Amino acid sequence: MSAVDQKEEQANSQVWAAVRTILRVMFPIALALLAGALLLMVLGKDPLAYYGYVVKRGLLSPTGLQASITRMAPLLLIAAGLIVAFRTGLWNLGVDGQFLLAAVCVAALAPVLINAQVPAPVMILLCFLVSAAIGAAWSVVPAFLKAKHGINEIISTLMMSFLGVSFANVLIKIPFNDPTTTVPQTATLSVADRLGRLGDTTIHWGIILAVGVVVAVHLMMKRTSLGLKLQIAGSNPRAAVHAGLNMKGLTYCAFAISAGLAGLAGAVDLLGVHGTIRADWNPAYGILVIPLVFLARFNGFAVIAFVFFFAVLMIGGESAARRLGVPSFFVLVLVALLMLFFAVTEFLDHQRRKKGEE
Amino acid sequence: MGGLFTDAFIGSLIFGAITAGIPLLLAGLGEQISEKSGVLNIGLEGMMLFGAYAGFSVAYSQDSFLLGFLAGAAAGVATAAIMATLCVIWSMNQIVVGIALTLGAEGLTALLHHFQFSRSYPRLAKSETWSIPGLHELPVVGTALFDRNALVYLAIVLAFVLVWLFNRTQWGLNLQAAGDKPAALDAAGVSVKATRFTSVLITGFLGGLGGAYMSMIGGGLFLPFMTGGAGFIAIVLAMLARGHPLWVLFGALLFGASLSLATALQVAGFNIPTDIIQMLPFAMVILVLVLFARHSYLPPSLGIPYHRGER
Repeated sequence: MSAVDQKEEQANSQVWAAVRTILRVMFPIALALLAGALLLMVLGKDPLAYYGYVVKRGLLSPTGLQASITRMAPLLLIAAGLIVAFRTGLWNLGVDGQFLLAAVCVAALAPVLINAQVPAPVMILLCFLVSAAIGAAWSVVPAFLKAKHGINEIISTLMMSFLGVSFANVLIKIPFNDPTTTVPQTATLSVADRLGRLGDTTIHWGIILAVGVVVAVHLMMKRTSLGLKLQIAGSNPRAAVHAGLNMKGLTYCAFAISAGLAGLAGAVDLLGVHGTIRADWNPAYGILVIPLVFLARFNGFAVIAFVFFFAVLMIGGESAARRLGVPSFFVLVLVALLMLFFAVTEFLDHQRRKKGEE
Repeated sequence: MGGLFTDAFIGSLIFGAITAGIPLLLAGLGEQISEKSGVLNIGLEGMMLFGAYAGFSVAYSQDSFLLGFLAGAAAGVATAAIMATLCVIWSMNQIVVGIALTLGAEGLTALLHHFQFSRSYPRLAKSETWSIPGLHELPVVGTALFDRNALVYLAIVLAFVLVWLFNRTQWGLNLQAAGDKPAALDAAGVSVKATRFTSVLITGFLGGLGGAYMSMIGGGLFLPFMTGGAGFIAIVLAMLARGHPLWVLFGALLFGASLSLATALQVAGFNIPTDIIQMLPFAMVILVLVLFARHSYLPPSLGIPYHRGER
């Protein structure tokens, strides 16, 4: 075989590998959308009209596209945190509590700082720091239980999440309640005090921060010694212990980064979009981002693409809920289907590879 | 304090503890069976929710509590069959599948409820109760303990039956072996996958029944997302009970009491914001975990799929 042939073959196999990767990703998405279409038909709705409307409102209309990109900011920050946790082999499923508590505390802190004439950049920086600290603080108990007693973090983070969501409501209704409004909610930030917009769009600069954080996290996991240590702790805890790594320290560290970023997502969403939080508001972003992080195989760049896809689905789905009478619970079903078919694809891929080895 | 512990308060607290505790008991016992055999069933919350919806929906349309309970259990078994096929037979990630099932149950039941009832939340009539002769007329605790739905007594009896099944029967020993040392069970000629498969189905049955109790008896109506983490609390109960069914019973009643404290306090004339009360069970789980974490026990092979011949 000549050198040219070999080179060609190598190039061929590279193309083939890329195609396979794309197929492996598209397969679960296509199946989930298809199963979702069947469900819509059962419910007596036209699936083509629904998906068409979602694409039109989430992607093709200028306001919809801007809303989708704006929605990406908190989702990306949460995803960045989940990448760190999942690569370390930790299931931080308490994102929603961490997110909401941080958002509520920032909602209370920002007006105080503004009234005290703190300059805007300092106010925003302080809010970001506080939100990350609160998110991280909410993960200390699960991290302790995991590091000290090996207690399954799925359960402990979920329990902390339920606790955090209720606690956030208590905070909104009692100490942080704005007495001038009839519904319980925090004081409203004026539009001028929120995060600046990009050009003439409605998109705030939090999206740039979020994309930067995802890339930074990706590089940290791949290129730094801390990232390597976390990955070893995740993929082979016993080897990590033998290599002399401080497993307890790494567990606290991964939890703090992951939950801190979830808290930061809360601050960005509040300062960028909402400006106030009403009681019983819980977007439950955390649980929705999990399957996307899996589909992206914990790769930061792929996460950005999937989060964009999902943001379009969310924004379009919210419009469709009002116009077509399909409640946004449907998006939840799609996420579940996506996750199931992801597991099935992984399984089939695994089987195929095992056959290849034999 | 003297004013707090009135008869009305105590009666209402015990009544509520049982109403809220029975779903936890059923689901917790189910989870215990599945965990014993080596399957961490994170989808329990989803099985309860499907059970709650199916149970209510059938009981409402057929006007029969018995059919409702059967439908709830069947919905739980059907969900568990998906979980068992994907995770036990095909060895997929138990956590990914479990979360997917829970999310799917949340979305699907809310969606179905929306298309069936729109924004109305119809109620079922009160269920028939079994009054235990002589005892149900006791003061304070009579109606709370001895004038309840048949399922209440059955669930409590089940905890005792399981003690016997776990310790004294071949099935119980097989279950234990499947979680502790699956290879040994395989060598003894018993199929690990079949043992785990049936145990997941039983979990679905009990979880679905627990969910149905929640909607049909507990609330008398179905609300989207109504399980609100009860499935996860049941998992914690199973985790802390270290394989003892009676500890699940004790824990379920304790958590049931903390869930029902809000109503009981209102009966006693105290008005505490419901959000604070809602935090109570979860705060308690965390506290229990921090205090008793050392004593929790999970089988060594929990969560690890079994492949014959692999080490």
